[in-house]
Amino acid sequence: MKNNTDTAASHFSRTRIRSLKDKLTAFNMAAGGIGVIVAIMLIFFYLLYIVYPLFKDASVSKTSQYSLSSEYGNTLHLAIEEQNKIAVQYTDRGYAVFFDAQNGKQIKTVKLFNSKASVSSFKLSTQVNNTVAFGLSNGHAVIVRHQFKISYPDDKIHIEPEIIFPAGKQPLIVDKNKKALLDISYQQDEDKASIVAITDDGRLVMSLLEKEEAGLLDEEDEQSSAEYSQSEISLPQIQDARYVLMDPLQRTLYVATIKGQTTVIDTSDLENIKVIQSINLLKAQQTLTHLSFLTGGISLLVGNNEGEIAQWFPVNKNNIPQLTFIRKFKPQQGAINDIETEQRRKGFISVSDAGQITIFNATAQRDVASVMLANTNLQHAALSPRADLLLTASNQQISAWHIENEHPEMSWSILWEKVWYESYSEPEYIWQSSSADNDFEPKYSFMPLAFGTLKAAFYAMLFAIPLALMGAIYTAYFMAPKMRTFVKPTIEIMEALPTVILGFLAGLWLAPFMEEHLVGVFSLLLIMPIGILAFAFGWQKLPKKYRLLIPEGWQAALLIPVVVFLAWLSLSVSTQMEVVFFGGDIKHWLKATLGLNFDQRNSLVVGVAMGIAVIPTIFSIAEDAIFSVPKHLTFGSLALGATPWQTLTRVVILTASPGIFSAIMIGMGRAVGETMIVLMATGNTPVMDLSIFQGMRTLSANIAVEMPEAEVASTHYRILFLAALVLFLFTFVFNTAAELIRQRLRSKYSSL
Amino acid sequence: MIKKWFKSGDPFIWLNASAVSISIIVVVGLLMVIAVKGLSHFWPAQIIQAELVNETGRTTLVGEIVDTSEVPVQRLIDSGIDIKTDKEVIERSLIKVGNRDVLGSDFRWVIFPENTSIIYPEELTVIERREWGNFYGYLLGISKNGQPLKTNKPLWQQLEQLIDEANQLHDKIRDIEKHEIGGINYELEQLRLKKRRLELDGVTDKSAYKLIESEKRALNDLYNQQKNALVKLYAEATTYTVSAKIMSGQTVTIPLAKIVRAYQPNRLNVFQKISIYFSRLAEFVFDEPREANTEGGIFPAIFGTVLMVILMAILVTPCGVITAIYLREYAKQGFVTRLIRIAVNNLAGVPSIVYGIFGLGFFIYFIGSEIDQIFYPEALPAPTFGTPGLLWSSLTLAILTVPVVIVATEEGLSRIPKALREGSLALGATKAETLWRIIIPMATPAMMTGMILAIARAAGEVAPLMLVGVVKLAPSLPLDGSLPFLHLERKFMHLGFHIYDVGFQSPNVEAARPLVYATSFLLVLVIVILNLSAIWIRNHLREKYRHLDS
Repeated sequence: MKNNTDTAASHFSRTRIRSLKDKLTAFNMAAGGIGVIVAIMLIFFYLLYIVYPLFKDASVSKTSQYSLSSEYGNTLHLAIEEQNKIAVQYTDRGYAVFFDAQNGKQIKTVKLFNSKASVSSFKLSTQVNNTVAFGLSNGHAVIVRHQFKISYPDDKIHIEPEIIFPAGKQPLIVDKNKKALLDISYQQDEDKASIVAITDDGRLVMSLLEKEEAGLLDEEDEQSSAEYSQSEISLPQIQDARYVLMDPLQRTLYVATIKGQTTVIDTSDLENIKVIQSINLLKAQQTLTHLSFLTGGISLLVGNNEGEIAQWFPVNKNNIPQLTFIRKFKPQQGAINDIETEQRRKGFISVSDAGQITIFNATAQRDVASVMLANTNLQHAALSPRADLLLTASNQQISAWHIENEHPEMSWSILWEKVWYESYSEPEYIWQSSSADNDFEPKYSFMPLAFGTLKAAFYAMLFAIPLALMGAIYTAYFMAPKMRTFVKPTIEIMEALPTVILGFLAGLWLAPFMEEHLVGVFSLLLIMPIGILAFAFGWQKLPKKYRLLIPEGWQAALLIPVVVFLAWLSLSVSTQMEVVFFGGDIKHWLKATLGLNFDQRNSLVVGVAMGIAVIPTIFSIAEDAIFSVPKHLTFGSLALGATPWQTLTRVVILTASPGIFSAIMIGMGRAVGETMIVLMATGNTPVMDLSIFQGMRTLSANIAVEMPEAEVASTHYRILFLAALVLFLFTFVFNTAAELIRQRLRSKYSSL
Repeated sequence: MIKKWFKSGDPFIWLNASAVSISIIVVVGLLMVIAVKGLSHFWPAQIIQAELVNETGRTTLVGEIVDTSEVPVQRLIDSGIDIKTDKEVIERSLIKVGNRDVLGSDFRWVIFPENTSIIYPEELTVIERREWGNFYGYLLGISKNGQPLKTNKPLWQQLEQLIDEANQLHDKIRDIEKHEIGGINYELEQLRLKKRRLELDGVTDKSAYKLIESEKRALNDLYNQQKNALVKLYAEATTYTVSAKIMSGQTVTIPLAKIVRAYQPNRLNVFQKISIYFSRLAEFVFDEPREANTEGGIFPAIFGTVLMVILMAILVTPCGVITAIYLREYAKQGFVTRLIRIAVNNLAGVPSIVYGIFGLGFFIYFIGSEIDQIFYPEALPAPTFGTPGLLWSSLTLAILTVPVVIVATEEGLSRIPKALREGSLALGATKAETLWRIIIPMATPAMMTGMILAIARAAGEVAPLMLVGVVKLAPSLPLDGSLPFLHLERKFMHLGFHIYDVGFQSPNVEAARPLVYATSFLLVLVIVILNLSAIWIRNHLREKYRHLDS
């Protein structure tokens, strides 16, 4: 009895343990399975997560507001240093006031000149070297530069602002007639500097400062004792001139009237200064309110009283640069009072007298953020070098804004439309992602890459589809079963061949081989089908005694020596044919006759190599589809008197066509995403050229080439992720469609 | 009649058949090209000597004929070569002349005038050097410390003996540099990190620092000892030099320590050649690369590939199998499972570079740098796991190949007859017991197939690895004698990447080409064997279940 309860109890507990184990296993399996599936899906979401910020708008938020003391005069210009700690205000009484950028606390004030004259004009030279020019009411000019010395006493950052005078502390005499300077522009390089100004009686005056000895004009130590020689340059006079702007290279001078009539003067040769163009930048009735350079000193930003901003830059027409309208930006409310450009990107910020602040990107032609401050006349704006702090000034009132603007250079039109880049003669699709200096305008057009991807896939499919489908048809429908058991695995092994090996063979063996035997390769296209048909015809004519030695369904084996012979034939006569038909140098002939350039690593090579990589994929799926067409359909057709060929074309292929289509789609998906072959077998230049003798760069190869150098979280980095996302979605959609077609086909067969 | 023949459709059948023939020729041809070019490289080729006469005088050419081809004369003229001939097609040869240190480049294209006499002098010697590639020319003598060596042995015998000794010396030096000194440096670095760690943790206890200092001193002593030994060995290595004459008549002096191997190919018989062949083959497989990977062996690449693939298999197999079992045995069959199945299937078709970029972004920059922040703050700003490495490569490839394992395992599971499951459940077994005792043992071959296919795919994949961990030259193997033995954070070398790098990024592609072929051959061999075994297992499996079904 006791025994029995024992067993019952142990049985009971064993059952419990067993059921517990069962549940545990079920739970583990479910958790593991779902976990892996989620992990796989993570790829998609992670790519999205990285790409998303590209399309986010910028944000602008006010962090503080304060007012500066009015004893030094009104604001002419503001600037901020790298750390966003200290800003400088230049005033119309000739002071430079350094203050804390967050709360306006004064740090240091410098009087810039001792003169009874007042400031009559002011202009920033270029932002990068922080140089500004003051034009005075007595025809003098003062050139000032501010800089920040950073030191780390006690491991704490200390920033010491200072003012230096690159052209000497004494005001320079720009106009001998001592008239007030209405506008002034100053530019300098290592050995010379130019000052151009407009006097209040409408004359254009220019002074050239030339270095006499080493150590002038630049670098802090020589400040005021700099030795230079000043000479006056005479310029053509322009009526009603109001704005003057010299480019940083001191080669071109832009002079504009209040109506926007702009004269371009070539000052690259000071002996021979000439007017090269005169053009109106505005419509009638509009007035020019702002004219300045975009970063890099090539593009002009033109702002008018109606709130419109346009970008212009010189474009070469017949080797003469012509100032050309490039693009305009979203109109603002009120006149444009100031445009402040970013120092490291082609972006800028405009402030209008109606109180609108808008952040733009020039290349992307995009306004990334906008803020409206009602009833405020905003006169000046300053952006920090990292473009994350903005100061706006309305009289003595300063507002500090925090800007979150990571990827302004991104827009749909940048990726997929033609963009007119600086120094190009027309809008173009260009991929050129990186360069060493800040003035560089990154060119992120996906078009050349997408074009290259599709071009490579197209040539690969051109080579692969006929071979794979014809092979599949023969293997599935005509081939003797014994041979099939050998042929199928052989071709499928090819699928496992690493693409790096195919790429290596294509780049280092096939490419030079094809270059050498180009004529032979093309003659193959002709010789091969004709030779095979001739052999087949001859075989047909053989007496039955010999013909029946090879059973039906072994044609492919019989043809192997024939194909080898034909290939050998056309390649061995290649050189002779080149001599006879193309004067001994086909590349030269192509260039002279057809105007085609020949790259050794070209689309032909990629087509063949990638074709070889996709043949097994297409072959295997198409063969399955054809082979599984129900046998009673073909028997019925044959029984009704159709020939095998008729049965094939009218019954079998029609029934299997969705399967064949899905095979092609999967092959296409593979060709689009293939990396190593394209990387190794082409020159990887992002050109858009359909020629079979030119290379390309594909999306995938581009990722492989540029990803290791892309800075994390930069626009370039995210754009490469976007390229990956495009590839991912493209192949995913293609493969899913193909898979659905196949599943439908399978259920159709089973119902037949 | 031809019209009738076309109407019968026969010609089209022949054309279709030819597509199969072409495909097969392409597959076999590719494999043959790789095999022939890869394997023939190790064979000691004959060395020619030819007198070339032209306007500038006579020049002697000594070297190996690597390639000959026929080119139209016009093409040569177009490319700027000055030739005077009345022929339209001419034969030119690529000669490997070696002696890069004197001649500038190893290879030159030569067009032999018709009456050139080519001879094969037996005294012509090939010397494989550790620097500057091969030497081709005549041996003059051996010097010891700058004085001609006096010996009664024949020159050649003496040289062979000395080379043997020099090679042993070289091995010794390398052993000390790599293992002894490398190990000491590694430990010193660990000590530095340990100290930094203590500082970061705010430990003020002096004794802990003292302990580290004393350990460091001991290691430094050890280091100095090894270094002294090394200095002695280096001095020993410079004792002997060989003087020899190259084709331009110049005499060159080669330190014996820089010689890997010397032979006179024109004098060798077949058996001697075979012995050299295998010695070079062994060097290729078991030795380390030299001269920017263009010469020597590829052992680190083989090792890296194998280790990475093993790690990947360990990661991928359980994950893939569990997912397949979940999908097939536990999940409710319906629309969602169908969708998941399609998605998993399609992931196999997603370009591998996409996995690479995901691995770089997610594993390395996201997870890796987190790990560094938490576990390795002492090494920062130098990243430990926040940089491409072995672990991330294996993980990335595991995600890449997990669909392969899932699909293969699911196929295996679906082949198991339903009756077996039902029988087990009817006898009272729980679902878990049925799974463990019946289903998993029966599906093991399918899982094996999946794993082998995954390995085969991973072994040949290069594009993602370029982003997540391979380098052209790794200073040390990821597995060595220093704790913790397996260094998952290290970068490694890989056969596929080696092919890409040497074939396309190396400055001397022509010289490196045979090695790339040989590497390709090795890789293809491994992958074909893996695939064939997977196919074999699959077929075997089918037979087994066919038997059960009946």
